[in-house]
Amino acid sequence: MIEMAEKKGRYGLYGGQYIPETLIPAVQELEQAYERYRNDPAFQAELKELLEKYAGRPSLLYYAEKMTKDLGGAKIYLKREDLNHTGSHKINNVLGQVLLAKKMGKTRVIAETGAGQHGVATATAAALMGMECEIFMGKEDMDRQVLNCYRMELLGAKVHPVTSGTMTLKDAVNETMREWASRMDDTLYVLGSVMGPHPFPMIVRDFQKVIGEEIREQLLEAEGKLPDAVVACVGGGSNAMGSFYEFIPDTNVRLIGCEAAGLGVDNPKNAATIANGSVGIFHGMKSLFCQDEYGQIAPVYSISAGLDYPGIGPEHADLHETGRAQYVPVTDEEAVEAFEYLSRTEGIIPAIESAHAVAYAKKIAPEFGKDQVIVVTISGRGDKDVAAIARYRGVEIFD
Amino acid sequence: MSRISKAFENKKAFIAFVTGGDPDLETTEALIPRMAAAGADLIEIGIPFSDPIAEGVVIQAADERALSAGTTTDKLFDMVKRVRGKVGIPLVFMTYANPVYTYGTEMFMKRCVECGIDGIIIPDVPFEEREEVSGACEAAGIELISMIAPTSHERIGRIAKHAKGFLYCVSSLGVTGVRNKITTDIRDMVDHVRAVSDVPCAVGFGISTPEQARAMAAVSDGAIVGSAIVRIIARYGKDCIGPVCDYIREMKAAVVAA
Repeated sequence: MIEMAEKKGRYGLYGGQYIPETLIPAVQELEQAYERYRNDPAFQAELKELLEKYAGRPSLLYYAEKMTKDLGGAKIYLKREDLNHTGSHKINNVLGQVLLAKKMGKTRVIAETGAGQHGVATATAAALMGMECEIFMGKEDMDRQVLNCYRMELLGAKVHPVTSGTMTLKDAVNETMREWASRMDDTLYVLGSVMGPHPFPMIVRDFQKVIGEEIREQLLEAEGKLPDAVVACVGGGSNAMGSFYEFIPDTNVRLIGCEAAGLGVDNPKNAATIANGSVGIFHGMKSLFCQDEYGQIAPVYSISAGLDYPGIGPEHADLHETGRAQYVPVTDEEAVEAFEYLSRTEGIIPAIESAHAVAYAKKIAPEFGKDQVIVVTISGRGDKDVAAIARYRGVEIFD
Repeated sequence: MSRISKAFENKKAFIAFVTGGDPDLETTEALIPRMAAAGADLIEIGIPFSDPIAEGVVIQAADERALSAGTTTDKLFDMVKRVRGKVGIPLVFMTYANPVYTYGTEMFMKRCVECGIDGIIIPDVPFEEREEVSGACEAAGIELISMIAPTSHERIGRIAKHAKGFLYCVSSLGVTGVRNKITTDIRDMVDHVRAVSDVPCAVGFGISTPEQARAMAAVSDGAIVGSAIVRIIARYGKDCIGPVCDYIREMKAAVVAA
């Protein structure tokens, strides 16, 4: 009876397009543009060129020999997204989306940011492609990430402090959606994770899936086999989805997402959505959210500003429900220990987000055989976190 | 004929919004019958949400005040049930998808019926996702109010054809909040609707002055005012009833004159 009401962008029960009518034509325009360019050889060639010549892809797949020997189990390989230009996997997605915005005739991009990594990446791509750029960032996060704010301004972006709600990432998403609803003719919202209304979870996944494709190729070359497990950290879930997607049909490859458990899953100060969340509808999608019995979104906490989000991308919610991927909580303390461990053992300072994945790999590696392989995605570098880790350890330094 | 349809029968309707529980539930409970007496033809009661993405700063702040005063969906149902005995005009809820979904959509609509709610507006449930709630609404007899926006264009016909109660015409891009000027061609939007449906069209977002209300009602079937009322409540707190009612009388007169 209802024409055109087909369910779009669904991952099992999850996903959808739960946004105000004002924005529906904007996401439909994006959807149509993406359908046109996703299979356009010229667009794909241009993006490939940017990824290789500007962002530095392919990123290394590094055999962490010392870590492997120390743990005495599986061979550990690190997928080095931290070596990308701007220092994280975020650049993969923004180069794709900003290029798409340009093809759509947009002249301005807007984005939310938590720790500032996605904001910096968006500002970078906007500078490169000559787009106006405005970033929305919770005031609380701005105070914690002063350097990244200045970095975005250096790159020519305008940073707007968000003072509503908890003044963190979820509020920055709210404010960017409000801004987009007021100006969409010349503006594209460049969303930073595999979340939000369709088509964002699909687009961001597609621009990040290069991570898993490279892992397959590089590991086949190095070991002649597929990994036994792929481990990545999950906030909204973009680096994890990028790492997992290629391996979903290979059911012998275990896919493990590491959520931020903050002070512990039983402590209210955590951000472990799969462990503690329930099904809800928020930020344009049906997914799992940390919320109270009346559906009020809960304030969440993690030492990692990049994982400090009360929801998770809809495709992850589905991978969890079908059991194809497993999601595990990792506390602040475990992540900080892993941050220090990888720095000392391999001379690689990972982002505190990525350290959540390192922590879990450390835990399970001894249970694996020596002929087995665990790939850990190092989603970003840890320079931005050094001051916070020092403070966590009681050392007063100022950034 | 439903209570909502009657509110538009042979007249232009003045629709007033109030956030339930702002500054507290007692004030809202006292305010609603007085708003009806002052001339509101329909009242929208906002169920506060932690993250109201379609709202501007005024209603965001009201939601925060209501939530920190301990307002919950259950307490609002109880309050509306008490108020329903005192007012005859239609009452509709305005809230977001999550408070409804989390409550259990069918249970939510059942409670709406029990407390005498006539309809519901859910800005983050667009036409494409209406089946999320429409079945439960129809089963319970709660009218699901649809919205059209300045960006809707060729979507208007499709949305209007399925509209229940009245059609909420969003006057401007962006979020709720007082605006100096409304530039959208509302007459054109309403003409689009008229081509396929005789559902009443009420215009909201940005209306605060009697002149704006008159102008909007002149080209539609009514005017919706939210942020301007909430601003008065923010200013006067528990003593808001007098000033809100004075304002409603003035706005109602403008709509009647349209």
